Amino acid sequence: MIKLNGITKSYPVGGGFLEVLKGIDLTIDKGEMVSIMGSSGSGKSTLLNILGILDDFDSGEYYLDGKLIDHISEKNAAHLRNTFIGFVFQSFNLIPFKNAMENVALPLYYKGVNRKKRNALALDYLDKVGLRDWAEHMPSEMSGGQKQRIAIARALITEPKVILADEPTGALDSTTSYEVMDLLKQVNKEGMTVIIVTHEKDISEMTQRLINLHDGKIISEPILV
Amino acid sequence: MFDFDKWNEIFETLSKNKLRTFLTGFAVFWGIFMLVILLGAGNGLQNGVTKMFQRDAINTIWVFPGTTNLAYQGYKSGRRIQFQNKDYDYIKNLDGAEFTSARFSVRNSYATFGSKGGAFQIDAVYPDNNYIENCIQVAGRYINENDIKEMRKVTSIGMGVVKELYKDVDPIGTYLNLNGIPFKVIGVYTETTPNEEMRCYIPITTGQRVFAYNNRLENVQMTTGDLSVQETQQLAEDLRENYAKTHHFDPKDRRAIYIQNNVEEYQEILNIMLGIKMFILIIGIGTIVAGMVGVSNIMTIVVKERTKEIGVRKALGATPFSIVMMVLQESVFVTAVSGYFGLLAGIGLLEFVGPFIQSDFFLNPEVDVNIALGTTVILIVAGSLAGFFPSRKAAKIKPVAALRDD
Repeated sequence: MIKLNGITKSYPVGGGFLEVLKGIDLTIDKGEMVSIMGSSGSGKSTLLNILGILDDFDSGEYYLDGKLIDHISEKNAAHLRNTFIGFVFQSFNLIPFKNAMENVALPLYYKGVNRKKRNALALDYLDKVGLRDWAEHMPSEMSGGQKQRIAIARALITEPKVILADEPTGALDSTTSYEVMDLLKQVNKEGMTVIIVTHEKDISEMTQRLINLHDGKIISEPILV
Repeated sequence: MFDFDKWNEIFETLSKNKLRTFLTGFAVFWGIFMLVILLGAGNGLQNGVTKMFQRDAINTIWVFPGTTNLAYQGYKSGRRIQFQNKDYDYIKNLDGAEFTSARFSVRNSYATFGSKGGAFQIDAVYPDNNYIENCIQVAGRYINENDIKEMRKVTSIGMGVVKELYKDVDPIGTYLNLNGIPFKVIGVYTETTPNEEMRCYIPITTGQRVFAYNNRLENVQMTTGDLSVQETQQLAEDLRENYAKTHHFDPKDRRAIYIQNNVEEYQEILNIMLGIKMFILIIGIGTIVAGMVGVSNIMTIVVKERTKEIGVRKALGATPFSIVMMVLQESVFVTAVSGYFGLLAGIGLLEFVGPFIQSDFFLNPEVDVNIALGTTVILIVAGSLAGFFPSRKAAKIKPVAALRDD
C-alpha cells in the first residue's frame, strides 16, 4: 500500500538546512495498523505530512497504492488526498460552524457528490461511529471523544485507502482514548490501512507494528502482534 | 458559477457568521449609499440650474441704461441715460443679433376683467420677445408685426393672470382693461416660473402711444444665435462703444449702461457644474475604493481567521482553485448584495426626500437607470478586486502550517 525509498527532507533554518528525515525506507502493507513513535524532533510529523501528501520531500521515492507521488501539482495532491487518504487530527479540526453531519459530509463536497447523497451517506457513517443522534449538533456541543469519532467518520466517508491519524488521542483522557483506539481497530479489522503517529506507549502497543523514529531515521520496526 | 452546492456552501458560511458578514457588507453598503446620494444631489443641482436658465433663452444679451459715473465731453457725471427707439434700431440691425426686442414696463400697472382685478405687470415688447423670454403659447397667438405696425390694442397674457381673473371664461377674444384701457386678449402663454406668468405683454408701439412713453425704452435685448462666448463678449464691447458714442458717455464708464451677457454667465455655470460633477465623481470613486479596501481588509482578516479551516478543507481535498473561488465568491456576493441594498436605500431616500426639497437650485435629485446599472457593474468588479488578494493568500495556505497546533 505504501512504499518509501530513501525519503529525505530538510528545512531551511537560519543560513543552512536542518535535515529532518535522513533517508526513510518503509513499507506498509494493505490492511496493516502501524504506529509511528518518536520523541519530538524525531521527524514523525514531517513523515506523516509526506505520507499525507501535505508536504513535499527532497529526494527518494514514495509509492501510494502503486502510484508514484513525486512533485505533483497542488491540484492533483488535493485530488489524491481526497480519494486515497483519510485524516484524523489531534485537535479534531472539525469546522466549527458546521454540524456533525455537514462536517462528515465535507470531503464528499470536494469529491463532487450532491448534497442529498452526501448527507445521507454522512448519517450512515455517523451511525457507524455511534453518533447518529448527534447529527444536528455543533462541534462545540460535543465532548472531545465525540468530536474525534466525528472526525473518524469524516476520514472514512470517502472510503480512502489509508487512514492517517496524527496523535488521535493526544487531547483525550485515557478512557476516551481507548474508545477511539477501539474504533480505529474496528476500522482496521474491516480492511482499512491505519497509520497512527503517537508518543504514548500504551497507544502504540495497540497496533500491529511499531515504527520507532529517532533523529530522522527508523531505528527499529518491531512487530507487536 | 451557478453550482448550487457551491452557493450553498457560501450561504452556510455567511449565515453562520452573521456579524462578520454584516461588518463586511456595511462598508460597501455605505459606500454605494453615499455614492447614490452624491450623484442624486449632483443631478438635482444640475436640474435646478438648468431649469433656472430655461426661463429665458440662454443666449441673450440684455442692455440696461444706468447713470454715468464719469464726466465726459462736457457732460458732468451722475447723468441718467435714457434709451430710445433708435437704440433698439441699432441692435436690430446689428451683425450677430438673432432675435431682438426692446421693453418698458408700465408704471403703477393694474388689470381688471369684469369685477376682478389685480396689480399685474404690463410689459410693452416686440414680437421677438417671445423667443427671448421662452414663452410657451398655450392658446391664441403672440404679438406680431402687424400689431406693432398698426398699434393694435391687443395683449398676450400669462397663465397666472388667467387663473386670477378668468373663472370658467375663455380669455381669448375678451377685453381686458389695462390701466383702465381695454385691450383685446389674443393669446395665453405659460412660463417655467410662476412670477413670469403674471404679465400682460402688449405691442411696444401701442404701449408708447397709449401710456405716453413716446419713443422711450427701458431696456433692449437680443439673442446671439450660436455665437461663441468670445464672440458675444466682443459684441457686448461693440455695443458699449456704440452707445457711448450716441449717448455721449465715456466707454470706460461701467455704470452708464449695464450689459448682461447670459452666454457668458451660462458658460460659467456650465463650468461650475462640470467642476461639481468632477468633484462628486472623485468623492464617489474615493468612497467606493474605501469600501473596497474595507472589504479587502475584512476578507484578509477572515482568511487569517479561517486559516485552520482552509487547511482542513485542503487536507480533505479542496483544490487551491476551489479555495480561491470560495473566498472570491463570498466577497463578490457580500459586495453585490450589500451594495445593492445601498443602491436601494440611496434611491429610496432620494425618492422620498426629493419632492420635499423646495429650492431654485435643486430639483428632482434622481439617479437614472444607467447609473444604477453602472454602479452594479462597479460592485461586481469591486467585489472581485477586494476578494482577489485575500483569496490568493488563502490558496497559498499550506495545510501543514494550518493544521499545526498552536
